[in-house]
Amino acid sequence: MATRHSRSAARLMMAPAVVLLLGWMLVPLIMTLYFSFRNYFPLRPDRVPGWAGFSNYERFITSSSFWPSVQTTLVIVGGVLVITVLLGILLAMLLDQPMWGQGVVRILVIAPFFVMPTVSALVWKNMFMDPTNGLLAHLWRVFGAEPVAWLSQVPTGSIVMIVSWQWLPFATLILLTAIQSLDGEQLEAAEMDGAPPLKRFWFIILPHLARAITIVILIQTIFLLSIFAEIFVTTGGAFGTRTLTYLIFQRVLESQNVGLGSAGGVYAIILANIVALFLMRIVGKNLDA
Amino acid sequence: MGRIQLKDVTKSFGDVQVIPPLNLTIEDGEFTVFVGPSGCGKSTLLRLIAGLEDITSGHIEIDGTDATDVPPAKRGLAMVFQSYALYPHMSVRKNIAFPLRMARMDKAEIDRRVEGAAQVLNLTDYLDRRPGQLSGGQRQRVAIGRAIVREPAAFLFDEPLSNLDAALRVGMRLEISELHKRLDTTMIYVTHDQVEAMTMADKIVVLRAGHIEQVGSPLELYRAPRNLFVAGFIGSPKMNLIEGPEAARHGAHTIGVRPEHISVVPEGGVWTGRVGVAEHLGSDTFFHIHDTGLADTITVRADGEVALSHGDQIHLSPRDDVIHRFDAQGLRIA
Repeated sequence: MATRHSRSAARLMMAPAVVLLLGWMLVPLIMTLYFSFRNYFPLRPDRVPGWAGFSNYERFITSSSFWPSVQTTLVIVGGVLVITVLLGILLAMLLDQPMWGQGVVRILVIAPFFVMPTVSALVWKNMFMDPTNGLLAHLWRVFGAEPVAWLSQVPTGSIVMIVSWQWLPFATLILLTAIQSLDGEQLEAAEMDGAPPLKRFWFIILPHLARAITIVILIQTIFLLSIFAEIFVTTGGAFGTRTLTYLIFQRVLESQNVGLGSAGGVYAIILANIVALFLMRIVGKNLDA
Repeated sequence: MGRIQLKDVTKSFGDVQVIPPLNLTIEDGEFTVFVGPSGCGKSTLLRLIAGLEDITSGHIEIDGTDATDVPPAKRGLAMVFQSYALYPHMSVRKNIAFPLRMARMDKAEIDRRVEGAAQVLNLTDYLDRRPGQLSGGQRQRVAIGRAIVREPAAFLFDEPLSNLDAALRVGMRLEISELHKRLDTTMIYVTHDQVEAMTMADKIVVLRAGHIEQVGSPLELYRAPRNLFVAGFIGSPKMNLIEGPEAARHGAHTIGVRPEHISVVPEGGVWTGRVGVAEHLGSDTFFHIHDTGLADTITVRADGEVALSHGDQIHLSPRDDVIHRFDAQGLRIA
């Protein structure tokens, strides 16, 4: 890429990809913006289409379900991040130990990531969390306790649990590769320097993992802000499990109000950017150096 | 104080015994070098002393007390690793202070010791940098700094100079020797480089396959190698080993003559041969001589200015008083 000639050739050859990517992003974004300023009810001929001004934005944000949905979104994202990162570090350190059947165990640990969200949510709902036939209900009865109706009594916690189960393998895998790249002599040096195991973890292993943890948090946040299937097949948005994504879905498909849903979409973009800004502030500096 | 004694120490990995029963005493304040070809067990031996590996049987005593089951941190030894093993996310200051922080020393004392070590090692200007911003030699000095602030009973060096370039290696060699003179602490140094061993050691331990081949001062080993292995390992370029009738003439199975103990003479001489490759170092020239009828190649050190070129006939005469004689088992004949 040294000469001016090769640089312009490179630009020319990158152009199709850039144009395609721009189109891919810009067309839906512009359409969402366009619809958000319209009264648009494709399946309701009684409602007159036309320009709506900012009324969609105003109605979406003043709706009584808006702030609770933002809160639910943040609780679910935060809960899953905390659980997957903490358990992920523990699991990664365990899997790093030499043990019999290491290969099989590692594949088993990764397995949940390959299960589709809809399927895993259904499995959890019917096989584990069902208050009469679920495994957890049986377990509770073994100990003489009253089975918990998970999805109605602790609905948000249940969804956090299901989603964490799905994302734990991802976190574990990334953190495991990071742990494996740690220079063993550093740990030995720390041992000679008089650091007991807990301090070796705190002063050597954890700082070494900082960058991997950052990546896990950033990537997971992107995907967790838009979780949908897990809510759809378990609670259907009831019992206070309506996230912003789910609220938008309800506005567009259940109320057939495309304009209102689009306004919600724009808010979702803003929320995602606020979250991203905070994350970059907190953890982004780990990506330098 | 730092007197280290190994008594019948063995080490096995599974069924493989890498260190057969081994006895060794390292006196307080001594600079001891473990030297040997790669895979001879010298690093393993060092790690056994450090406590990073458990010994299979035997005892290790430090200053007269049994340290066999004492964890590494409690043995009072400091180690400098081949890869330096600096903590990359900490500044130089924090790296050096780390062992002191672990020992819960108070802040003022830590600062005093870190500043002191930095001064000794010329690191004062770099205290707030990260290891990643330092050159190889500077990183090496930080690793040494982290060792000296602990004021250990003994320092353990595991091939500390092998990642440095040749010029820096010579400089660091001097610095470490200088440090030893100043601190007067026991140092154990592992290397595969016999030049490092010869230049730095008070006592050299030559190892082969976990066995101690010979222990002695550099000049003892140079003057009187106990067997063929030590004879070939100590000295650069290697000693010429000659078998057959020429050896028999001296009443030995093999004789050894160092390149610096053979002189090039214009006429006569004991051996004649043809000059092969000549390595000119300026101060000296090393000739590789063929067709002597003694061995494949005979290496000879000559003056830097000797004018001989490839293919020339050459006359050699060894100094009779420094010919080493070995029997059929490869042991020295006194």
